[in-house]
Amino acid sequence: MTQDNGNSQDVQERIGVYVCHCGTNIAGTVDVQQVAEWAATRLKRRGVVIGRDYKFMCSSLGQELIENDIKELGLTRVVVAACSPHLHEATFRNACQRAGLNPYLCELVSIREQVSWVHTDKVAATVKSQAVVSGGVERVLRHEPLEPLRVPIHPATLVVGGGIAGIQSALEIADAGYRVYLVEREPSIGGHMAQFDKTFPTLDCSACILTPRMVQAGAHPNITLLTYSEVEKVDGYVGNFVVTIRKKARKINEELCTGCGICQEKCPVKIIDDVYEAGLGYRKIVYTPFPQAVPKFPVMDVENCTYFKKGTCKACEKFCPTNAIDFNQQDEVFSVEVGNIVLATGYDLFDARRVTNYGYGRLPNVFTSLEFERLSNAAGPTNGSIVLRDGKTVPKAVGIIHCVGSRDRNFNNYCSTICCMQGLKFAHLVHERTGATVYNFYIDMRTAYKAYDEFYQRVLEEGTLFVRGKVAEVTDVPRIKDEEGHLIIQCEDTLAGKQRRIPVDMVILSIGLQPRADAKETAKKFGLSCSADGWFIEKHPKLDPVATMTEGVYIAGCAQGPKDIPSSVAQGAAAAARVLGKIQQREMALEPVRASINQDQCSGCRICNNLCPFNAILFHDDRMVSEINPALCQGCGTCVAACPAGAISGTAFSNEQIMAQIEGLMLLNVGEEITL
Amino acid sequence: MSDESFEPTVIGFTCNWCSYRAADLAGTARVKYPPNIRLIRLMCSGRLDPTFVLKAFSSGADGVLITGCHPGECHYLEQNFKALRRFHLLRRTLQGLGLEPERVKLVWASAAEGVKLAHEIASFVEEIRALGPLHWGGNGSNQSAVISGQSTAHAFKEVPA
Amino acid sequence: MSKYLLYPGCSMETSARAYYDSLKAISGPVGLELEEIEDWNCCGATEYLGISLTPAYALISRNLALAAQQNHGKRAVVAPCSACYLNLAKADYYMREQPTLATHVNQALAAGGLSYTPGSLAIRHLLDVLIYDIGLDTIKSKVVRPLTGLRVAPYLGCMVPRPDYEKRWSDHEHPVELDLLLKALGAEVIDFPLKTHCCGGHMTQIGPETAFELIRRLIVSAEAHEADIMTTVCPMCQMNLDAYQGEANRYFGSAFKMPIVFFTQLMGVAFGLDPKDLGFGLELTSARKAMSRVGVETPEPPTSAPRPRKDSSLPMPKPLPTKADLAEKVEAAK
Repeated sequence: MTQDNGNSQDVQERIGVYVCHCGTNIAGTVDVQQVAEWAATRLKRRGVVIGRDYKFMCSSLGQELIENDIKELGLTRVVVAACSPHLHEATFRNACQRAGLNPYLCELVSIREQVSWVHTDKVAATVKSQAVVSGGVERVLRHEPLEPLRVPIHPATLVVGGGIAGIQSALEIADAGYRVYLVEREPSIGGHMAQFDKTFPTLDCSACILTPRMVQAGAHPNITLLTYSEVEKVDGYVGNFVVTIRKKARKINEELCTGCGICQEKCPVKIIDDVYEAGLGYRKIVYTPFPQAVPKFPVMDVENCTYFKKGTCKACEKFCPTNAIDFNQQDEVFSVEVGNIVLATGYDLFDARRVTNYGYGRLPNVFTSLEFERLSNAAGPTNGSIVLRDGKTVPKAVGIIHCVGSRDRNFNNYCSTICCMQGLKFAHLVHERTGATVYNFYIDMRTAYKAYDEFYQRVLEEGTLFVRGKVAEVTDVPRIKDEEGHLIIQCEDTLAGKQRRIPVDMVILSIGLQPRADAKETAKKFGLSCSADGWFIEKHPKLDPVATMTEGVYIAGCAQGPKDIPSSVAQGAAAAARVLGKIQQREMALEPVRASINQDQCSGCRICNNLCPFNAILFHDDRMVSEINPALCQGCGTCVAACPAGAISGTAFSNEQIMAQIEGLMLLNVGEEITL
Repeated sequence: MSDESFEPTVIGFTCNWCSYRAADLAGTARVKYPPNIRLIRLMCSGRLDPTFVLKAFSSGADGVLITGCHPGECHYLEQNFKALRRFHLLRRTLQGLGLEPERVKLVWASAAEGVKLAHEIASFVEEIRALGPLHWGGNGSNQSAVISGQSTAHAFKEVPA
Repeated sequence: MSKYLLYPGCSMETSARAYYDSLKAISGPVGLELEEIEDWNCCGATEYLGISLTPAYALISRNLALAAQQNHGKRAVVAPCSACYLNLAKADYYMREQPTLATHVNQALAAGGLSYTPGSLAIRHLLDVLIYDIGLDTIKSKVVRPLTGLRVAPYLGCMVPRPDYEKRWSDHEHPVELDLLLKALGAEVIDFPLKTHCCGGHMTQIGPETAFELIRRLIVSAEAHEADIMTTVCPMCQMNLDAYQGEANRYFGSAFKMPIVFFTQLMGVAFGLDPKDLGFGLELTSARKAMSRVGVETPEPPTSAPRPRKDSSLPMPKPLPTKADLAEKVEAAK
């Protein structure tokens, strides 16, 4: 540690430089003591009055060093050379604030991730650290004290997606006393969970645990339920979003409809329901997707309606006792103001037709997991009987194939998390209902959570036969007499060390989960990004799974990645907690990293106007100058770089600061040359 | 022309959301790359004013590496496209000034691509070493840079997603 | 006219003569101009690659080097035989992926004054060219005698749709190309589930029992779907199912009579050409009955008496003389 009490000749500021050892993480490669001494002596003329090195700057003792020096030495700027600003910038800024120095006058430069951890040459690493410190010093000389921008938080919340995660989020926020707009694309809330029969591992009836929540959400005074609706546009920023919603025309007047269901009964046209019944059952043109639908209002499928196609029928109108059918009803488009958004848009299923060797779509008795759920569901197309595609034969042997479309480089590389438990659940149900012989073909058995492995053991004891190996083919071509009339599963039994051909009557494919087909578009709408696999990206995969890089937008449930029901509920609740935290504080401090236009210098060329993706730059026609809305500005700095007059300056990343940093990195102001 | 004992100095511009995090990831993964590069953090590659690049060269840098998020993945939605446009124009301008356009390189790296970024840095340092020192004029030598007539066919290399 | 370089392969002029004849016959009508590669050599089939890689690839690449010399104005190298096609495509692919292989192969080729730059030729199978370059519409327009009522089992064999380096086929397990072509000819195409299953290949020479079982499965499946005739693109598949059907019958005690012809022969019939020019009559399992369903008379394949098998059994002792024999002897002595 070296210090000098007098001011330097060139600059007015008093800078403290702190170099962290980080144990041996930095000190093992960089001569930290030398760097601190170098800063205090060679950069004295740049304003450095003290240079210290310390074992762990981020510790309370380390922070106290800074705080004491600010108070006792009258420091006006602080440079800390340690780990990445993504980790501890806030820590050191807060320390400065506590000592009375504006936090934005502190700069953290990385000599760990970007020097000591990536270089082996100690001499070169030390010299580079000096350059990095010098860059930080030059930069911080041009810093200005900044105040965070405070924006009010609107207390209403938008929840997109009425599956279990969305419902959970909506209920928690509504129970806390705040308004929620719950937007769902389908005619009813409930999501995929409404289609299942039983849920693992408790074998609770899915509808029985879901419908009370659905009813609660439908009846809650604080929840505005907007089903058969979609979000069209999102404007604004955290605390102040303006969301445009399109409520599609049900052709049913909700004020008059009593939910009696006569229209559905009398509708003469039946078509295959490939959404709710997974293509196994039928529905009418005027329909509610399932009996426990919330809200109870049916919906008219305009594309297939006889009236809309040919101008005849109108049976529903004739029989409706309250005159609730309105063929002329139009979509309603309106906007709502919300402070926060929770995206819980769920998942799509992998298309099993892509795996041609499993024969789905070609061989009648190959079913997908969702089709099986509908078969097994007492309210499904076969009233709960597990039968073959002919609708009557009960299978005597069933094969369940795990990992279809998952853990497969030809399709999706990731594990879909729930398919093993799902396959075990099916095995149990088939045993219980039909007494058939059940084979499960798996690669690994993934039964990680509470009571999951116990469920696996139970299914083992029930007599399900497990074959560890990937299934090569499902075929109907017999090779020997015993195979005739059956589906043959050709697989590798890795534990027995041989290939096997196992004849069964029914094959169930445990298909994987995929992001929604329009996930990318949705992400763009809300200002999020998608990962390489297509799921929404969370702020931090370990420590922040429900927040996103966009302030005020949260994600929950399978939209973030495949997961089971308890995890979806937990994430829904977590998102709600974050939102409630924001609403409670009533206002939020935004980082003051944004641009502003010096209107005297602005020539009105408007080059900047089109560069801003957040529409933060407005043009004043009367004065012929542009202006930046500081609340909308996200601080990317593109306009700063583009302005030909140099009229736009960016706080925290100004031209002066960066030019200075370049000079500092190149060790220009140190005096004599340093050779590498 | 190449000088065997010449150690180039390269300035790298990174964007806060993707490439800076990639550099951090390279650090956490302890992937090694040459110490010849010194990184500057910007909020976005769109912030890159071409005068920064000229400042870097005139301050003594021999090469400049510009990095940012992959097109379509910019945290500010589309600003990296603007960086791309500026980069192409900058290259042509540098050529007109008598600088080898290969001294500036644009690399896209997402936050998960730490290893790739480290490799890109290493290969860029070698490319600059082969080109030789820039000797912009501020460092005592009056040897002018070789005017390169090469095409800009390999203007930037995309770190594959 | 679309110009292509033709790599015929060794079987074209011998066991797959029907393929060659029918190909020549239909190429005019569909506008396929084929120029044979000068001085081409055997591709090494499947055996050589199992023995020694560099000489095997050098052998294949000599054809590629020769083709490259003739490549002006041609769209691609086309091979009708599946094994030849796969060998040419494989050699080109591996030489691209592994530069050391390319170096070694080019060293070998240099001894003959040749060289080949991998990736400089497009290598396509005949079926691929007919469907995607010539087009089903063109083929359909040339049909004068649709094969209505003829139930055909499309048997593609294993070497064409896999490994599919250039991603040209609709699927690797159940591709639809041959089905579509036959539908364009007006035939009734059965949904043949074993269309890309193995025919046994050279197991007919090495391990006949295995081959017979594989052949049996294919024919049983075709029969189960009530096919009149099977059609294929590969000379090996055709030979195995045709020439070895008799042996398979003897082995299993079955009585299969499933004819199998090349798809170009069916194309020729649909185009109204004379069956004799299309190689009909060269097959061993007669296609006469099947083709009569579309009113086409095809020559009967030559029947020859079964070659007398060399009898290696040992002689039996003579039976005891009966009373009648003794009486005859006594009579003769009188």
